[in-house]
Formats: sequence, C-alpha cells, structure tokens
Amino acid sequence: MTTTVKPKIQVPEKEKESASRGSVYQSNQLNLWYDTNHALKNIDLDIKENEVTAIIGPSGCGKSTYIKTLNRMTETIPSVKTSGEIIYRGKNILEKGYRVEELRTKVGMVFQKPNPFPKSIYENIAYGPRIHGIKNKKILDQIVEKSLRGAAIWDEVKDRLNENAYSLSGGQQQRICIARCLAIEPDVILMDEPTSALDPISTLKVEELVQELKKEYSIIIVTHNMQQAARISDKTAFFLNGEVIEFDQTDKIFSNPSDKRTEDYISGRFG
Amino acid sequence: MNYIDHESVANKTNSRLLKNKVLKAIFLAATMFGLIVLAILLYRIVTQGSEYLSLEFFTSFASRIPENSGIKAAILGSIYLMLLVAPISMFLGVGTAVYLEEYAKKNKFTDFIRINISNLAGVPSVVFGLLGLTIFARFFGLGISLMAAALTMSLLILPIIIVASQEAVRSVPKELRDASYAMGATKWQTILRIVLPAAIPGILTGSILALSRAIGETAPLVVLGIPTILMFTPDSIMSTFTALPMQIFDWTKRPQVAFHDVAAAGIIVLMTLLIIMNSIAVFIRNKYQKRY
Ligand SMILES: Nc1ncnc2c1ncn2[C@@H]1O[C@H](COP(=O)(O)OP(=O)(O)O)[C@@H](O)[C@H]1O
Ligand SMILES: [Mg+2]
Repeated sequence: MTTTVKPKIQVPEKEKESASRGSVYQSNQLNLWYDTNHALKNIDLDIKENEVTAIIGPSGCGKSTYIKTLNRMTETIPSVKTSGEIIYRGKNILEKGYRVEELRTKVGMVFQKPNPFPKSIYENIAYGPRIHGIKNKKILDQIVEKSLRGAAIWDEVKDRLNENAYSLSGGQQQRICIARCLAIEPDVILMDEPTSALDPISTLKVEELVQELKKEYSIIIVTHNMQQAARISDKTAFFLNGEVIEFDQTDKIFSNPSDKRTEDYISGRFG
Repeated sequence: MNYIDHESVANKTNSRLLKNKVLKAIFLAATMFGLIVLAILLYRIVTQGSEYLSLEFFTSFASRIPENSGIKAAILGSIYLMLLVAPISMFLGVGTAVYLEEYAKKNKFTDFIRINISNLAGVPSVVFGLLGLTIFARFFGLGISLMAAALTMSLLILPIIIVASQEAVRSVPKELRDASYAMGATKWQTILRIVLPAAIPGILTGSILALSRAIGETAPLVVLGIPTILMFTPDSIMSTFTALPMQIFDWTKRPQVAFHDVAAAGIIVLMTLLIIMNSIAVFIRNKYQKRY
C-alpha cells in the first residue's frame, strides 16, 4: 500500500548516521501503572546517543510518564508500579540496588514549568555541584559560568548572578533550569515540554539551544508541538494511549508514516 | 417564560436590605463585646499596676512587703524556661513534621499519628502537668527542676509546633523538590537545602506563637509543684525555679489588696513579653511571605 500523505510539516535536512551511534537508553517491555491505570504498555524503544529524540502524542498518552521513568522520577509518586527493563548504558536502572542518585547525576531533567529554586542565580546553578560535594569556590565559579554559557544565558545574567532567579522572565528562568541541569555535566538531558510555558521568542531560543546541546548530550524531549518535533529532532516516537505506535526518523514520521494513526495525528485529525 | 418575577423582587428588596443592616449591627456588637472587655481589663491592669513598675521591680526578689516585691526570680525563671523549651520543642516538633511529611509512607499507622497530633493540641494543660509530674519529675527523677518543667512545657506546645511545621513543609511546592531530586540529591539534602529554607518562616511563626503560649501557662507548673516564692535564681537546669505566671498567681491569692496591684504590675510585664513575641511572629510572617 502506498500512502499519499502530503507532508504538511516541513522537516529540515538532517544527517543520517544514527545506525553507527551507540544506544543510551533501551526500554524493553516497559509497563507502568498508576494504581490500576495502565499508563505505559509494553514500551520498546532504543534511543541513540547524541541525537534529539522527540516524543509526541495527544494529552494523557503517557509522554511525561515515560520520560520520568528514564530518571526514575516516577518513584516520587507512591501509587506507581513498573515492570520490564530500562537499560541505560548497559545497566537496568529498574533493578534493585541501582542507585538512583547516581543515575540522576548523569541524566538531567528540565521540567514543563520553569522551576528555579528561590535562591540566587548563582546558587541555582551551583546547587548540583554542591550536593555532589564540590565546595571549592573557584571551581564552582567556573562551573557556573560554563553552564550559563552552555545555556546561552550568560550574557543576560552575568552582572546579576546574586539576584534571585525569580526576578527573571519565564524564558530566562527556563534557560536557568537548563543551565542548572548542565552544571552536573550530564550525559542525557530529559525535557518535558520545556517550551510550553514560554512565549514564541523564548521558545525559539530554547530550540536553538537544543540544537547546540545535542553535539555534546543525548536529548529526549517531549513536545505536543509537532512543528517543534519536526524542527529539532532526529527521531520521533509517537505515543498513543500508553503505547508506542511508531518510532522512526523524524522526516520519515512526518512525510511517510507507516501507521494510519500516526498519519491522522500529524495531519491534525485528532489530538 | 420567566422564572424571575421582577416586580416581586422589587417589593422584597426593602426587607432584604433591612435584614442585612440588622445583621451587620449584630456582628459588630459581637466584635465590640470582646474588644470592650479587653480594653476594660487592660485599663484596670495598667492603672493598678503602673505605680509598682520600676527598675527595682525587676531587680528585687519577692517580699512580704508589697513595695519591696519584685519579679527577679520569676522573670529569670521564665526566660531560662523559654531558653530550654525553644530548642527542645522545636527540635522535636520540626523533626516530627519532617518525618511525617517527607519520610513516612502513607499507611494506617502514620495516619493514626497525624490525626492524634491534632487531638493532642486539645488536651488540657493540667493533664500535661500530671504527665510531667509522673514521667519527668518522678520517673526520671528530675524533681521540681527547670528541666522537668521545660520538658513538660515542650510536650504541651509540641502539637502546635508540629502542625505549624507540617503546614509550612507541605506548602513548599513539589516542583522544587522534584528539581532537587532530579539532580541526584538525596532526601536529606533536599530537605536541608530546599524544603527547610522555604519552610522556616512558617515554622518560626508557629513556634514563636507556641512559645508565647508556654510562657503564660500556669497549670502545668502548679501540678509540678513549682514554688511561688524563691529568693534565688536558678544556677543550673536541675535547680528549682519560679516563673512569672506562678508569681502573679501567688500575689493575686494574697489577702492584702496592695499585692493585687503588684500582681497587676507582673501581668503588665508578662503581657508585654507576649505582645513582643507575637509581633516578632507577625513580622516574620509578613517579611517572608511565600514568593512562589
Ligand atoms: N501522578 C499521577 N497519578 C496518577 N495518574 C497519573 C499521574 N500522572 C499521570 N497520570 C495518568 O497517566 C496517564 C498518562 O499521563 P501523562 O504521562 O502525564 O501524559 P502526557 O504527558 O502524555 O500528557 C494519564 O492517564 C494520566 O491521568
Ligand atoms: Mg505531560
């Protein structure tokens, strides 16, 4: 059967070398329940390093839940039960005895709503290094500058590092959160709709930043904005009712999806 | 069709407005009742007691002669008592609140504890006095000491501090905790660096209000058998002592009318202390009002 979908969403040209890349995350038959609500069903995904992997799908399909299993933040909700495997760099993080604190120093997370601490900009960035035992002021200074530069916000805040992070705009706060996450020098960055609370210009800045960051980090980003997924991601996973319907190269998903439901979703017929 | 008959609405408006006015007046009277009684009380106490208020009043011990009577032992006793009660009750109270809110799993047992902490706040203070007498004074052999009284008072105000601290801890947004956990922080690091700093204004406000209750409590001290007249000040946590409310209580019982005026002077001091403590609490609450 040949599909004749007109690509409504333009996907920019991207290099295709993912076959040669190593895996960061592999979820095998991952299931998750909130009490009796079966929120993730037999998820199999293989996420490659130094790529941007987008997770799209309608509200309530389990995008946030999935990304939160990757750094085990779902554990903070008492009713959650999981089964299956999540292999991160060769080890199953769901296994008993896997230390979640270690995992989370390698896997940073940026949340939907900017959530800086009610502390100074400097202290926000220094928070991660401090909890991991760095006390030397010189080293902290360097980490703070490097992280803020990495999040493309250094020039905006370098003269006000001691001001409360709450004095910044929403878009700046989100980039502070990204910088805070870079300060622990992660391997992977998880982002859960990081631009949904931002204005278009701040959104653009964050999108550009993601492009920049993918050179050094593997990025998994949840978005309900399909244009965004098309613009910034290399791979896209389409979730529906807790299942992965399709997972493929972003240009393939947006130009020639193999599943009818993916096609319906990206052409805006539901969701 | 119309459900609202505007003509009859207009007819009834007058009586509705009248009712509103009458009730407003009743509620105002209810408010004034308390205020007026309080004003009379304050006026009487101030006029009665002010002539005895002097520097000597603070530097002399109690005496058989009203003019020579002072509150040196009582006020120092009260201050020492607070200096012990504050750290004990805050350590226990904040510790309990942090355990219940941050560490404890939700189950029948912890639910039971949560409910009973609020119930404990309603237990009469005499009962705490009896508890202190049996457990701290007799069983632990602390006798009629500052320490025994401090532990008793700490227990008495513990529920208030726990409840206030629980509320303060609970009002710290989950997003902030999540941000900390997501960076690999342990629970304790998150509590110490994120939760407590954000909760401290609420904890302090509640604790100071609780302490101001403890400073005025008499019943537990009476049950413990704290003396009313002491001619020395305590030199250790094991020495006996007296406290302001005890001293005032003693003076009001005396047959000589002059002592009632001395008691009034003592009350002025005690109330001033209370007002200062409450003002500090209000100040902290306003200054650190939540910004998230
Ligand atoms: N904390 C929670 N407790 C219980 N159920 C939840 C919780 N979070 C999400 N869910 C449920 O899990 C399903 C997936 O939610 P979520 O992962 O937030 O979806 P998405 O991010 O794709 O909008 C929904 O049915 C939602 O109601
Ligand atoms: Mg979501």
